Amino acid sequence: MVVAAALIVASCGGADGETQIRVSAASSLIDVFADLEVAFEEANPGTDVVLNLAGSSLLREQIIAGAPVDIFASASVEIMKEVESAGFTEDEIGVFARNNIEIAVPPGNPAGITGLEDFDRDDLFLGLCAVAVPCGRLARQSLQMAGVEPLPDTNEPNVRSLLTKIEEGELDAGIVYATDVLAGDVDRIPIPSNVRLSATYPVAQIVESPNPAGGADFMVFMFTDEARRILLNHGFLSP
Amino acid sequence: MASVAVVFFLIPLIGLLARAPWSDLGSLLSSEVVVDALVLSLVASIAAVVLSALLGVPMAWVLARVAFRGRAFVRGLVLLPLVLPPIVGGAALLFALGRRGVVGEPLYEATGLVLPFSIWGVIIAVTFVSMPFLIITVEAALRNVDQRYEGAAASLGASRWTVFRRVTLPMIGPSLLAGFVLTWARAIGEFGATVAFAGNLQGTTQTLPLAVFVSLESDRDTAIAISLLLVAVSLTVLIGLRDRWLSR
Repeated sequence: MVVAAALIVASCGGADGETQIRVSAASSLIDVFADLEVAFEEANPGTDVVLNLAGSSLLREQIIAGAPVDIFASASVEIMKEVESAGFTEDEIGVFARNNIEIAVPPGNPAGITGLEDFDRDDLFLGLCAVAVPCGRLARQSLQMAGVEPLPDTNEPNVRSLLTKIEEGELDAGIVYATDVLAGDVDRIPIPSNVRLSATYPVAQIVESPNPAGGADFMVFMFTDEARRILLNHGFLSP
Repeated sequence: MASVAVVFFLIPLIGLLARAPWSDLGSLLSSEVVVDALVLSLVASIAAVVLSALLGVPMAWVLARVAFRGRAFVRGLVLLPLVLPPIVGGAALLFALGRRGVVGEPLYEATGLVLPFSIWGVIIAVTFVSMPFLIITVEAALRNVDQRYEGAAASLGASRWTVFRRVTLPMIGPSLLAGFVLTWARAIGEFGATVAFAGNLQGTTQTLPLAVFVSLESDRDTAIAISLLLVAVSLTVLIGLRDRWLSR
């Protein structure tokens, strides 16, 4: 009984009676949203932004299944549109950033990767994100445009687990985002601009959420100069 | 309270059954994704049982019958995967046995063998999490054996191996079987260690749980169909065991 009561109290607000704002954000936003969270909380004392990070497709499933989320920031417009057609988003959906895909290799590029054309080599250990994840879809589109039929050794569930395996040297190369290359301990191999696709990041408020007022404040914050500055610092491109 | 417990376990099952695509079940379960995953899961889980038998039974014997310094520590070590979050286990395996791992790098330089991203990686990952089940079951069974029977056989001239084969093994038989089944069931359900260590590739490392995870986000009907398959298989196994694994 005591445990149940404690759980109920805990779900109403954060520690010290702070109001919680629940944000579901794509894995590639892990570092930038940590900074955005700090900036928002400093500008809005008494709030506690709680981040839920995963592949955009998994977040979509959670929201459609009724997860209590105030804000959804996705790495794909298509995925956001799916949440919208299911009737879960408030009217305004704004694009707050873009992110180029990049080839990442372990420091020093031990396998001597030169470009996308290396992605059909059987002798290398290559990784991509799973098809359902925006990073995976964009990578495959890019490879297709470059005329390469990829032979990945793994389709990682999110871009950060892919990044980790590249950092560790377990994979010779993988396609991640520019922001991941910046944040991780990896080197980058440039992709020609005509096939260098980018992810578009929309953000929206979710209907019938636990903290609509907080969600609205956060939406406004996402388009302020300060938020823009933080996003650019992390390597995101302006929308 | 007991009925609450039953409901607690029944509700997710009902949720799954309610959303099941009954009319498409046949075609969903015979798709390439599912068949590939099923084959990999069976190969890896059976290999896990074999490896667990080869390595785990002797380990259980030592833990049950040989008093040595540090036995408690060794027992804790081999049972660690029971409490370690599987994804932590998988990450640890990667850092140890990956191509650039502590043990994996010398292995790679010497033999060119790479364990992640292959069926061997899957087998190692699922064995790591499931072997402790066999060890713990067999150790308990061995401790419960009335050693006077073994003593009698030995005094009649049987060698140690013969005693083990003709007296001990039959006596722990039911528990050994239960242990195998439990190990197999744990191995076939493993997700975290597999995805972290072996990766995720259809036809090479994408076992049934990984296939569920991947389809959950893109093809929910397939995910539910596979889940039902896993539940059906697991329930059959567990009900078939009845209370074998609780008593000797």
